[in-house]
Amino acid sequence: MSTTVTPFSFVVDGERVTEGLLAVAKNLEGAGPEALLDFFFVQDIDQGGLRALEDLASAAEEKRIKVILRGVNVEIYKVMKLSRLTERYTFVN
Amino acid sequence: MPDNIAQLSEERIAYLDGLVRQARTAAALFSQCTQEDVDRIVKPMVIAGLEKAQYLARLAIEETKIGVLEDKAIKNMVATEFVYNYVKDKPTVGVIREYPERGLVELAEPIGVIFSLTPITNPTSTVLFKCIMAIKTRNAVIFSPHPSAWRCCSEAVKIMYETAVKNGSPEGVFSCLESHTLEDNAYLMHHKDVGLIDATGGPGAVKAAYSSGKPALGVGPGNTPVYLEKTADLDMAVVDIITSKTFDNGTICASEQTVVIDDEIYERTLKKFEDLGSHICDEKEAKLLGRTVIDPNTGFMQPMAVGQKASDIARFVGIKVKPNTKLLIAPIQGVGREHPLSVEKLFPVLAVYRATSTDEALKVCVDVNHAGGLGHTAVIFSNNDAIIRRFGNMINAGRIIVNSPGSIGALGGVYNDMVPTFSFGCGTGGGNSTTDNVNVYHYLNIKRMARRTQAHMWFRVPNQIYFNMNAVENLRSFPSRSTLIITNPALEQIGHVDIVRRCIPPETPVRVTIIPDAEPDIKIIKQGVEALNFYKADQIIALGGGSVIDAAKIMKLKYESPEADLEELAAPFLDIRKRVVQYPTEKINHSRLIAISTTSGTGSEVTPFAVMTDKERGIKVTLADYSLTPDVAIVDPQFVMSMPKGLTVDTGVDCLTHALEAAVSIYASPYTDSNAMQAIRLVFKYLPDAYENPRDEEARTMMHNAACIAAIAFSNASVGVNHALAHAFGARFGIAHGRANAVMLPHVIAYNASVPTKFMPSPNQRAYVAHKKYATIADLLGLGGQTIEEKVARLVTATEQLLDRLGVPRSIAEIGISKEEFEKAMPELAKNAFDDPSWRSNPRMPLVNEIVELYWSAYRGRRSPQKETATQEPPLEKEVCA
Repeated sequence: MSTTVTPFSFVVDGERVTEGLLAVAKNLEGAGPEALLDFFFVQDIDQGGLRALEDLASAAEEKRIKVILRGVNVEIYKVMKLSRLTERYTFVN
Repeated sequence: MPDNIAQLSEERIAYLDGLVRQARTAAALFSQCTQEDVDRIVKPMVIAGLEKAQYLARLAIEETKIGVLEDKAIKNMVATEFVYNYVKDKPTVGVIREYPERGLVELAEPIGVIFSLTPITNPTSTVLFKCIMAIKTRNAVIFSPHPSAWRCCSEAVKIMYETAVKNGSPEGVFSCLESHTLEDNAYLMHHKDVGLIDATGGPGAVKAAYSSGKPALGVGPGNTPVYLEKTADLDMAVVDIITSKTFDNGTICASEQTVVIDDEIYERTLKKFEDLGSHICDEKEAKLLGRTVIDPNTGFMQPMAVGQKASDIARFVGIKVKPNTKLLIAPIQGVGREHPLSVEKLFPVLAVYRATSTDEALKVCVDVNHAGGLGHTAVIFSNNDAIIRRFGNMINAGRIIVNSPGSIGALGGVYNDMVPTFSFGCGTGGGNSTTDNVNVYHYLNIKRMARRTQAHMWFRVPNQIYFNMNAVENLRSFPSRSTLIITNPALEQIGHVDIVRRCIPPETPVRVTIIPDAEPDIKIIKQGVEALNFYKADQIIALGGGSVIDAAKIMKLKYESPEADLEELAAPFLDIRKRVVQYPTEKINHSRLIAISTTSGTGSEVTPFAVMTDKERGIKVTLADYSLTPDVAIVDPQFVMSMPKGLTVDTGVDCLTHALEAAVSIYASPYTDSNAMQAIRLVFKYLPDAYENPRDEEARTMMHNAACIAAIAFSNASVGVNHALAHAFGARFGIAHGRANAVMLPHVIAYNASVPTKFMPSPNQRAYVAHKKYATIADLLGLGGQTIEEKVARLVTATEQLLDRLGVPRSIAEIGISKEEFEKAMPELAKNAFDDPSWRSNPRMPLVNEIVELYWSAYRGRRSPQKETATQEPPLEKEVCA
């Protein structure tokens, strides 16, 4: 599965989370006021993925873009909570 | 935040924040790991630690100049191998313990970021130990080693970190502060993302950790007293002490400091020490030693002596010793500042004290323990178990080591089965939060998941119940050497006692004790007990209503257990299974209590309750215990055929209230429900007939049975707020209990059927069911109605109609109490009703203002219009539970 990048919506590939998120960060410019990232296929997150999420949050904050994460499972949500990342994203089911 | 944090530069703060962020991220990622994942990481770390044990020991010796290379290597091996052996099979992820029979599950929650201080004395071993514990528990650690042991510690951290990451640990899981200062430590101790401070170090570090306001594991200093008791195995004791005190040149804080030796073995013991390479100081040498190795200003050991060889210390002090002397032994005459060597000495110098008695020895050990070693470690060598236990009771130490070396013993896992550790919790005595040997479970938040459990319930009734007309003839089947009948004057007058006498086997000696027809008081109880003792009765027949039967229950209790303290036994309780005061089980007399009821209401013949009056204190004393339940109940309607109408109504309504309250009680069960429902059915069917046609034998029989059956229900399910209201109201205005119940009853049904303001905790019920129970009762009575609300309304109406038919006053106003008088009494009524234990089994918890409202409802009277039929609905719909 590959990461699909559209101006407003991105589906994150569960096998290539870091690459996907980095791609999103690069293309954030054209995303408009909001960007939706679909996490339905992501089961867990590694060091690189977490770092990419931190970087993406910083990039989005700089560009004043609201990043919405959809379908984040509770295990990843807890990792983000412990890393204080949940406050930097919006979550939808 | 302490002031010194302000001295940190922005760059330094950014560096420290970076370390914490890195650790926080690692800990966050670590939370995804399973038990298998962490175990897969821990094992290679342990192996790496073992492989590098000597290397790290050498680094430590080179850098700190403290201790013994070989011992430091052993410490590193203990910190890895022994600790691993302990933790390898311990669950530390997810469910860690289960108690199925208690419905409890314990789950592990990592702490996150741990800030860890490590000491100069055990530098690398402490690092290895903490790294293994941290990985096992999915935590990240920022290490702050003692500045004089930074290089060896940072190398130990590096070895552990690289092995951990290589085997799957998140990056950043361990880090080591570079060239840190006290300000760095203070900053990290106060950092919001640091979850725990684990301070293994000197008193300053421990105090700083605890003062930070963060959860901390601090390890206090020690001052280990050793009692060498005369029954000890001396050869073993001396070798153990030398082994322990010289291990790593005495740097382990659990090592022996002062040995208190019984006079009888003193000389022999010193000789053995000497034979095995110790130098026994004379008085002059001991003084010189004390002045040199203990700082006279602070009273603490001189740092330069820590971990040095005995021979080097001797040379420095100026004491001539044999080459290779292992230990310097200095006799002391007391404990305290004037005896410098009585404090902690982390080097191979041992104080000895000659004790002339066990008591003196124990006192000196207590003194040593209190001279800087509270909560830490103590050692005893003895074969006298009583003295060992006495020592254990006297000494405040987290580790009391018996017949083994202090330092290696306290580490755990070598000489005993204690938990292996390199951090000794010293409890409150040492300013610590635990006395444990710190290990993995201290690096976890342990969560307890408690599933709903159902308490065991019970259904207790007398052994035998005989009922129906002439049931009293069953008395013939009870042999007795001496029987005492307890009754009241009226019953004797109308010939009931004679009926009973005729049914007792003729060979049985029978005496009669007449008591007043009123609630018994202590004087009556005493008279009854005297009679029982005088006649050496083995059978008591209580013939009467509730008062007589209650009196007999209490007389039996005092006759069988004269020491029973009635006042104490009347202590309140919430749950009979957990009550504080237990009824006596030891008896000096044994008797059978047969209760023959002559009213159809209280059901005292089958209940575990007894009420008496304490005239001196002006209060009622209620006793409740299943041991009070009569052994035999006789429910013979011939004794109620002549009951007056008023008594028939009062007792009949009491019976109905018992059954209705038991039915909706939070302690109701299918066992009590069947009895409660049947009793309600019988009352609705037969009470009007018993009232209107007192000679109707069937009605009397059924009401007599109903009273007993209802009592069986409430004996096991208890009553409710109706009784609480009636008790307070009846006592205040002198109203008969049944009548007081009657004016409250319809209002209480409506109240319990409505949505509670406050639910009563009731683990045995899955939902609020009172309204449904009332609806079931309405169905049983054939009252009709489609919905629960309709059925409850019809039950209220049917109850009011029953009370109307019985001619019961239908309001408090109708009883003749003025509004002003009632208003004036209200505060006292509300207080007493709330204090009454009866409502504690009510399905709805009555608030004080609700009690007041209920009283006023009862004052105003009926809820439905008089003579209204059951098919018409009173206006209750809105407040009835959905």
